[in-house]
Amino acid sequence: MSAKLSNAQIAWRAAQDIADGAYVNLGIGFPEMVAKFQPPGRQAVFHTENGVLNFGEAPAEGEEDWDLINAGKRAITLRPGAAFFHHADSFAMVRGGHLDVAILGAYEVAENGDLANWSTGPKGVPAVGGAMDLVHGAKRVAVITDHVTKDGKPKLVKRCTLPLTGVGCVTRVYTSLAVIDIEEARFVLREKLPEIGVAELQSLTGAPLVVPHRVADLVAPVL
Amino acid sequence: MDKTVPDLATAVLGIETGMTLMVGGFGGSGAPVELIHTLIDRFRATGSPGELTVINNNAGNGRIGLAAMIDEGMVAKMICSFPRSADARAFTERYLAGRIGLELVPQGTLAERIRAGGAGIPAFYTPASYGTDVAKGKPVAEFDGKHYVQERWLKADAALIKAQTADRFGNLTYRRAARNFAPLMAGAAAVTVVQVTRIVEPGEIDPEVVVTPGIFVDRIVVVPQPKQEEELVRDGVAYA
Repeated sequence: MSAKLSNAQIAWRAAQDIADGAYVNLGIGFPEMVAKFQPPGRQAVFHTENGVLNFGEAPAEGEEDWDLINAGKRAITLRPGAAFFHHADSFAMVRGGHLDVAILGAYEVAENGDLANWSTGPKGVPAVGGAMDLVHGAKRVAVITDHVTKDGKPKLVKRCTLPLTGVGCVTRVYTSLAVIDIEEARFVLREKLPEIGVAELQSLTGAPLVVPHRVADLVAPVL
Repeated sequence: MDKTVPDLATAVLGIETGMTLMVGGFGGSGAPVELIHTLIDRFRATGSPGELTVINNNAGNGRIGLAAMIDEGMVAKMICSFPRSADARAFTERYLAGRIGLELVPQGTLAERIRAGGAGIPAFYTPASYGTDVAKGKPVAEFDGKHYVQERWLKADAALIKAQTADRFGNLTYRRAARNFAPLMAGAAAVTVVQVTRIVEPGEIDPEVVVTPGIFVDRIVVVPQPKQEEELVRDGVAYA
């Protein structure tokens, strides 16, 4: 396998599905990159669990205000129309169905929508943060991820083997090779890189792909 | 009605060994560093308070604040969502050595349990953690075709929080994202102790902008130039 999207390109693709004015939570790390690729003319309102709506980019180095951070404990700035609120209100926004989109990273996604993204096993200190809350309530819960692990194993699987973050919660997966919806507990292929055939994509996926009559080309700009 | 106390040591009086203590802050944002250090001073001088159960989102960073409390051996158990940080040595070493307990709670569940504690709601159902290891042993129920996990309220003997401005009646405003858990903890503790940057007379805070009404606040102590935990960690400061 040679052709694949970079992380930036996966984030770019996920950003194309976010509407102007949408309320969006981006998971810590890789998903935060999605904010950089909003299409021209669209501005989402970003939510962070520790109590800020409508935050912007990181401040210049030396200009951090450490009372103004995001859930990843990084310094942020505010956009016009920002709001502060306490943690219970923040998670009311999450679980209460008020967010349009949550975009999260993944260790494994199963065809039934189960997600494993918080723990790789019993070693070390367990830490869950807001992951188990964030997978519930948003109108769309999307995952962005490499299609396979570093050693080539499928991350899209029949059933998760790692500790679950949530059950039946993921609705769409953006990978380095494809865009896949989860519908009725099946992986439904919506887009794939033109360079890769369906058979090869299936061989890199741990559960059957439903292949509709029309599968669009997944094309991202050079970033 | 004046809830101000003259100094930090007076503010933390009555916090004793074996108590459950809520500590405000999310990482360094909102961490009441001076109140925590005052408790550490008392522990060093008198051996109390120890064996504390501490409720915070995290479990300390670096060698100051909550991390210093853990280093000092004052904490028997943490109830938190994310006991990792840039420098989580204090908690990690004790946890791996079996010398500190951990109740891991999803962050939104932690917030709601604290809110419930202050609101007189002994239990509630949440979708968070259903079907996961974290839900093991907890009652589950189905509502309108979806499954939810029963969670119980959290209360504390005392809460230590940080606010920006207080009036003498205890009405509080916060600074930026530093409010996080503080308004919830203020309601859920038997005694709520607040360190504030600025104290004003009643009437000087517009009632429209009060975030935590004074009914939830017991003691106020002024710390005019509070330390910011994140800055201390970045400067490599240890509270020794």
